[in-house]
Amino acid sequence: MADSTSSAISRDALENVREDYLRMTNLRRLYSAVLILVFIVLMISGFNTADARNAGGFWEGIHRIFDFPDAVISEAIEKSANLPGHMAKAFPALIETINIAAVATLLGCLAGTGFAVLGTRGLSYWPRLIPMFRRITDVLRAIPEVVVALVLIFVMGGGPVPAMIAIALHTAGAMGKLFSEVNENVDLKPVDGLASVGASWSQRIWLGVFPQVLPNYLSYGLMRFEINIRASAILGFVGAGGIGYELRNAMTFGQGRFDEAAAIFIILFVTIVVVDQVSSRMRHNLTHGEH
Amino acid sequence: MLEVRNVTRVFGTKIAVDRVSFSIDRPAFVGIIGRSGAGKSTFLRMMNRLTDASDGEIVVNGTNVLAFKGADARAWQSRCAMIFQQFNLVPRLDVVSNVLHGKLNHVSTLATMFNLWSKADISRAIDILDRLGIAEQAPKRAEALSGGQQQRVAIARALMQDPQIILADEPIASLDPMNAQIVMDTLKRINTEDGRMVIANLHTLDTARQYCDRVIGMRDGKIVFDGTPEQLTTGVARDIYGADETFNEFATSTKISGPEAKAKKRATNPAVQGLT
Repeated sequence: MADSTSSAISRDALENVREDYLRMTNLRRLYSAVLILVFIVLMISGFNTADARNAGGFWEGIHRIFDFPDAVISEAIEKSANLPGHMAKAFPALIETINIAAVATLLGCLAGTGFAVLGTRGLSYWPRLIPMFRRITDVLRAIPEVVVALVLIFVMGGGPVPAMIAIALHTAGAMGKLFSEVNENVDLKPVDGLASVGASWSQRIWLGVFPQVLPNYLSYGLMRFEINIRASAILGFVGAGGIGYELRNAMTFGQGRFDEAAAIFIILFVTIVVVDQVSSRMRHNLTHGEH
Repeated sequence: MLEVRNVTRVFGTKIAVDRVSFSIDRPAFVGIIGRSGAGKSTFLRMMNRLTDASDGEIVVNGTNVLAFKGADARAWQSRCAMIFQQFNLVPRLDVVSNVLHGKLNHVSTLATMFNLWSKADISRAIDILDRLGIAEQAPKRAEALSGGQQQRVAIARALMQDPQIILADEPIASLDPMNAQIVMDTLKRINTEDGRMVIANLHTLDTARQYCDRVIGMRDGKIVFDGTPEQLTTGVARDIYGADETFNEFATSTKISGPEAKAKKRATNPAVQGLT
């Protein structure tokens, strides 16, 4: 047993331990110092390069960053009586945006669940095809939603369906990755137990794996819903309908319609805060409550 | 030097610790026994300020430590070391770093982030490890050590704090009998050589009888026994554990040999000899 060496070691040996450890500590400190130095040098030189390539220069331009919000806010305050009307007008578009996000999240999560189960070692039905399923999710994640949406809008014409497909594809890739990470931490003992009674692969996954991972899946799914609301609002800018389209119209029209832009900003902000609050409460109940 | 007055802790509607009072006037080795859920751990955690008490006072050298807040409470924690059943080391850090954590109350966060320990502190940590017989393990990661070695690293961390009181929450419950004896001998040695008070939660009566100067029995949050190990008869033990006459501690005892052979075994066991 390793513990039988517990009698004190000789003075020389102890001196060696001490010197070795101090040498190791000094080496580690040197490494951290070098790393910090490299980090600082990279940050400074990177900033200088970026600043030199900037059309106007960073320091000359920085005060202008606040000019746009300033114009929007001052105009919104000036015409604050119009805000409720603009909000009511933009509301159907908001519902469309949320619908796009909800359908895309649902379909994406279902596809992601399939990719995750088939792409996790120890759970997959075809263990040899695991790398293939993983690469598929990689590709789905790698292509930006805007690119897919633009291609689909070009093919199918504008509207909510191309946006929904684009977001669903990206969600499937992202969730495939996150869910398979959840699957990797699953306790395989219940799966073994089910295999011992002669359960099929789908029965083992359904009864042995899903009860363990479902709270985590739901939690990730709700978080994805929040992200997808933002994504679906942005896709409106490229002609996919919803509140993003209204926002672009209001913003590009410029001075004179900034009150409309402000109204859209407000309802979008309130929606995201509400979804965030509700889903964080639900996620808290899922992970800390009884399940 | 230590006086506990009516310490109470309520979780929801359950009273985990119910008006516990006792006093200790010298650096003794005190064992607290009782079955799971009797409030032993909660009491030790309140004493270390890991858990807040609902009511009562713990007076150490004239000050009520339960009244401390913020930095004062953390300073008290550094003077009152805690040893856990599952060792609670940082598994991925090396043994010396884990021991150095005993000085965290005296260094800034910035110094901690850049690992700036003084040479004297590092030297002292290695000396403590040598005293506990595990100096060779110094550069290894804590997770690479056996349970008994990890618990000795935890004791070394406690000694690095240079504490007046050492609290041990079931220190040997996850160790095999051999390692359990090494750890208990180490604690006893710290108690007698350094004059530090040790308060240990134990769940084997044998251990309590062999190592403690005083035994406190708890049941349902209340103290039901307070006396010397000699007074801890089988009848008293049945009372503490709420067991009937079928209760037989020898059925689950981990003792290797009978009491008459113990003296001989201790004398011939090189591992134990090195410690005592």
